[in-house]
Amino acid sequence: MSKVVSLEEALKFVKDGTTVMIPGFMGAGTPETLVDGLVEKNVKDLFLICTDTARPNVGIGKLIVNGQIKKLYASHIGTNPETGRMMNEGLIDVTLIPQGTLAERIRAGGAGLGGFLTPTGVGTVVEEGKQKMAFDGKEYLLEMPLRAEVALIRGTKVDKKGNVWYNAATRNFNTHMATAADIVIVEARELVEVGEIDPNNVMTPGIFVDYIVKGE
Amino acid sequence: MDIRERIAKRVAKDFEDGDIVNLGIGMPTLVANYIPEGIEVILQSENGFVRMGPVPEEGKEDPDVVNAGGLPVTVLEGAAYFDSATSFGIIRGGHVDATVLGALQVDQEGNLANWMIPGKLVPGMGGAMDLVVGAKKVILAMEHTAKGKPKILKSCSLPLTAKKEVDMIVTEMGVFEITPGGMYLREIAPDTTVEKIQEVTEAEFIVDENLKVMED
Repeated sequence: MSKVVSLEEALKFVKDGTTVMIPGFMGAGTPETLVDGLVEKNVKDLFLICTDTARPNVGIGKLIVNGQIKKLYASHIGTNPETGRMMNEGLIDVTLIPQGTLAERIRAGGAGLGGFLTPTGVGTVVEEGKQKMAFDGKEYLLEMPLRAEVALIRGTKVDKKGNVWYNAATRNFNTHMATAADIVIVEARELVEVGEIDPNNVMTPGIFVDYIVKGE
Repeated sequence: MDIRERIAKRVAKDFEDGDIVNLGIGMPTLVANYIPEGIEVILQSENGFVRMGPVPEEGKEDPDVVNAGGLPVTVLEGAAYFDSATSFGIIRGGHVDATVLGALQVDQEGNLANWMIPGKLVPGMGGAMDLVVGAKKVILAMEHTAKGKPKILKSCSLPLTAKKEVDMIVTEMGVFEITPGGMYLREIAPDTTVEKIQEVTEAEFIVDENLKVMED
């Protein structure tokens, strides 16, 4: 069975209320074609897990502006004033998570770990409601794994078996989100034949990828 | 000399050859312009690479190579890219020698508040909480006051970024070091006096017996 599908076919897995992970750092590494497809489809009440909400007209920012997000986990929302406004008006339920903790929670979610201990956030509001543990005089917070129903990732080069190579700083949250969702859809900037990516250079093994959409 | 330039220049003198350094957004970014000759500092960008270089020439921007603020940068020879979990492993794991950040408030215990003003400004902590906890040395590069009001306090009133992690504060008036034995004024700018510093500093500090002049 071919993993390469149309945009429409791939996005049928994202419905009203679906939990979605989308990578990208101010848009770098974000699957723009898939995001534009979601804006077009106008699915609502999404629970979005991402590191930042970019700018209003960039990447993930477009989903915010279009009013499609009900719940948001992110580390930074300051560059998109719409996120802050909607949070203050009670339209989006925002949880801010330290970036390293967010990355590790996703990694744990994909790696079968029950959680992990981090010193980040001790003595701050981040520790509220979390179990604290001390070892050798140092305090840690117990952080739990994160998973999603769907991850939308973006590869620079993707072969038809779903093996992915990411260019430069676009890797960011892609590799871990690709392991932490029930359905993983990759947008290929460049779709290549199997064998064109040297197995040594595969960053996301194709076994994690369910569907491939050619990016525009 | 512009005060931002003075602060950045002084911070840059603190690095040792081979240090791995993470610079925050804003004034801390300027520090990169003043690294003394003969000293190699390896800049880490928390969105996923080391050996960050300067801003590219106009027309040579690569959308895949951006800094943590989403702005185009370059990478130097010997650079390496990685994913976000690895990036924060580098940060929390003690592999970063120094991080330079701005502050809304800092206190004499080394507590830092720089990520939110309740009800007003909630941009999120991004990677700041991980950086402040994980870096071997935490340096604040900040203006001494905010519209004439002290920012160096007895105790922070804003939500903390981290507890007791700040090591050094560099302002246009002087250089402070925070030690278990108290906060010390180590250097003083040539155009001020200890009395003037005391007037705009709420925190209690000890004047170093060998107080040095902060060079421009």
